[in-house]
Amino acid sequence: MKLKIVSLLLLSFVLNFSIEAQTYFTKTGTIKFESKTKLEDIKAENRKVLSVLNTSTGALSFTLLMKAFDFPNKIMQDHFNESYAESDLYPKASFAGSISNIKQIDFTKNGTYTANFTGQLTIKNVTKTISDQATIVVKDGKISATSKIKVKPADYNFKIPAPVVGKIADELDVFIQLNYEQKK
Amino acid sequence: MKLNFTLFSLLILIASPVWSQIDTTTLKSVSTTPGLVGDTSSLLPDIDIFEFDQPDYVNSTFKGNRIINSQSIEMMGKQNLDFRISHRFGAINSGAYDLFGLDQAYQRMSFTYGISDLVNVEIGRSSVNKVYDGTLKFKLMRQVVKDKKRPVSIVFLSNIAVNSIKISDPNQSPYPFTNRLFYTHQLLIARKFNKHFSLQLMPTVLHRNFIENSQYKNTTFNLGIGGRNKISKKTAITYEYFYVLPNQINEVNKNSLSLGVDIETGGHVFQLHLTNSLGMNEFLFLNETNGDWLKGGIHFGFNISRVFYIGR
Repeated sequence: MKLKIVSLLLLSFVLNFSIEAQTYFTKTGTIKFESKTKLEDIKAENRKVLSVLNTSTGALSFTLLMKAFDFPNKIMQDHFNESYAESDLYPKASFAGSISNIKQIDFTKNGTYTANFTGQLTIKNVTKTISDQATIVVKDGKISATSKIKVKPADYNFKIPAPVVGKIADELDVFIQLNYEQKK
Repeated sequence: MKLNFTLFSLLILIASPVWSQIDTTTLKSVSTTPGLVGDTSSLLPDIDIFEFDQPDYVNSTFKGNRIINSQSIEMMGKQNLDFRISHRFGAINSGAYDLFGLDQAYQRMSFTYGISDLVNVEIGRSSVNKVYDGTLKFKLMRQVVKDKKRPVSIVFLSNIAVNSIKISDPNQSPYPFTNRLFYTHQLLIARKFNKHFSLQLMPTVLHRNFIENSQYKNTTFNLGIGGRNKISKKTAITYEYFYVLPNQINEVNKNSLSLGVDIETGGHVFQLHLTNSLGMNEFLFLNETNGDWLKGGIHFGFNISRVFYIGR
């Protein structure tokens, strides 16, 4: 028992070296997508998104497991993982980029800021450059970032079979919500 | 213990400078290029040291909650309702007059509801012996990709069946209700070996409250094996076999063997199969299977399932 506590303490001490103070992270970021068509509305939510934000360099990245997208209808989830996302072959999606106007954001002061970000979005091993705007809210040392982007499934090698064409939108609305904690 | 501890702390002490060194170098590379658009190489190692909160659970071990006759480890998700119709026709060897069994049709209807992703409840009614049944199904373990501690999915299920057929034999009147009850307890252990091949073992204990001859056993032990091989994106071959341990049931009864095909369309799963069992309840196909594969005692059958989401 004693050994466990001491080793845990030591381990956390070691880990701290690797994460600098200006690094903010979350393991419970949320990414939702919605597909709206006349025939069917499809929604899915992933609440286990990993993300890291470096407030001094503006570097921003996130990664998620495709299988962690939770569909209310589990049969849809099965189809998504097996036929569309092919999650066994491509388990993760990720984004790596940066905020270009990071200097204009004062992370020490409470406020709402608009951040312009650019980076590489990788889904199913297809990488595309995206740039959009995010809203960053700083409140009492806590940082949250929200953004809404558009993603075209066809761009990322999603093949929609004939019977369900019309049920899946050409363009998905993707909502990103990341509530960061500072890694001390 | 003491030695272990010393060794461990030594190891930590040796390791920590290495870690911090790696880190300072990456941090340096950041500070030389502040705010450079697209430069995130320094961040990627950071994100990789975190682990996802959710394990990478294996999905689609089977299609739907039945392999053919037997239950599979697949469960209905929370607030998902599966409506299933199973049909079995007469035996193929009943001849051309009955169109090889197609003139006789037996069915079972069932509803399976997901109380949670890990607990399911099912009710069903079958026209064979007019059986009503209820099942509780619990997922005990979920297979996780590349996790040696969780190599299989495990489900426990318990089923009670009531035979409601009228007993016309005056010698057996009044027929006590308890004689109509059958209990099944089953452990399902399944592994998806790769995206084409899944296998399931099914040790099963069955209890029949009443049996026609005391030389047979009320409680029988059975071992089942079932599998699924995908042959294309939407179709798979399925099979299952139940071995009844010797000296437990009437020798005229056979072990249940079934072969089938799963066909997926948008929201439905069709399962077509050939089986020597007519009954679709555990006590019937395990211990009262009459058909002999070699003599054409085979029934054609199909299951259709449709899943509804009934939350919100």
